[in-house]
Amino acid sequence: MKISVIVFPGSNCDRDVSVSLKKFSNKDPFMVWHKETSLPDSDLIVLPGGFSYGDYLRCGSMAANSPIMKEVKKSSKNGSAVLGICNGFQILTESGLLPGTLIRNKGLSFLCKNTPLRVENNNSIFTKNYKDKDIINIPIAHNEGNYFASENVIKEIEDKNLVAFRYCNHNGDIDIANNPNGSLNNIAGIINENGNVLGMMPHPERATDKIAGLSDGEKFFTSIIESLK
Amino acid sequence: MKSLVKIMPKKGVLDPQGKAIENSLKQLGFSQIKEVTQGKIIEIEIDSDNEKDAREILEKVSNKLLANLVIEDYEITFPKED
Repeated sequence: MKISVIVFPGSNCDRDVSVSLKKFSNKDPFMVWHKETSLPDSDLIVLPGGFSYGDYLRCGSMAANSPIMKEVKKSSKNGSAVLGICNGFQILTESGLLPGTLIRNKGLSFLCKNTPLRVENNNSIFTKNYKDKDIINIPIAHNEGNYFASENVIKEIEDKNLVAFRYCNHNGDIDIANNPNGSLNNIAGIINENGNVLGMMPHPERATDKIAGLSDGEKFFTSIIESLK
Repeated sequence: MKSLVKIMPKKGVLDPQGKAIENSLKQLGFSQIKEVTQGKIIEIEIDSDNEKDAREILEKVSNKLLANLVIEDYEITFPKED
């Protein structure tokens, strides 16, 4: 399996995600600088978390227009899996690979904490090793994680079962009290209609080692790696 | 020529920064303040000798990068230079 991790100026989770990917795939991902105009042949492309371009203009907006994104779009059309975590999710919405956008957290504070999520769709290459409605604990770390889209788009996402994860409490209750950032319908991550692009604000790569506290992200990476083998 | 692109949050889109400014002004005692919305203005010097051509280019760059039409509207103006 071949994996590329795109590195933008200001990415800061590129090394972490690459360590997690290597742990489960036994292969070093290619680290691809955003100015490259060609992409190594890749089964999986990862847009990592961070603060690309210092979040100038809008989070992810400059990175979405980086030279390498043309190639990422092309590969995703040809069926490569694309995963965007945190800033990577923002880049995916800004580049039109996923619908909607991510706006400032409702409470105006940067949020950095472990957060329970409910697995809403375990019928994807990214989530197949979870059980339906599993409650998993994954860290969030963002200032603009409040998922927003027009009513029509939200309806389409819900009707087509494209929500991968929702914020909840430890019992799996999904309501305003257990919504950290004001995200519509408590959305924490979504999949595209083809099922090969996933964006999520929480950081599964920070939950892949018990020594570091959490391991609920392991099944996320094993799902992808087993699916794309 | 000089141009301004004004970008504002769409009506109904959460604007926490505008709300925070509004609350601050009210706390400062300006009870006449009813509603505050925060956007941004981008000043662009563009190489063009007529507004029609300039506008065409500015619309393209606004759609492509400057504004996110999911949450924002934009307006292009050409201020008179002194």
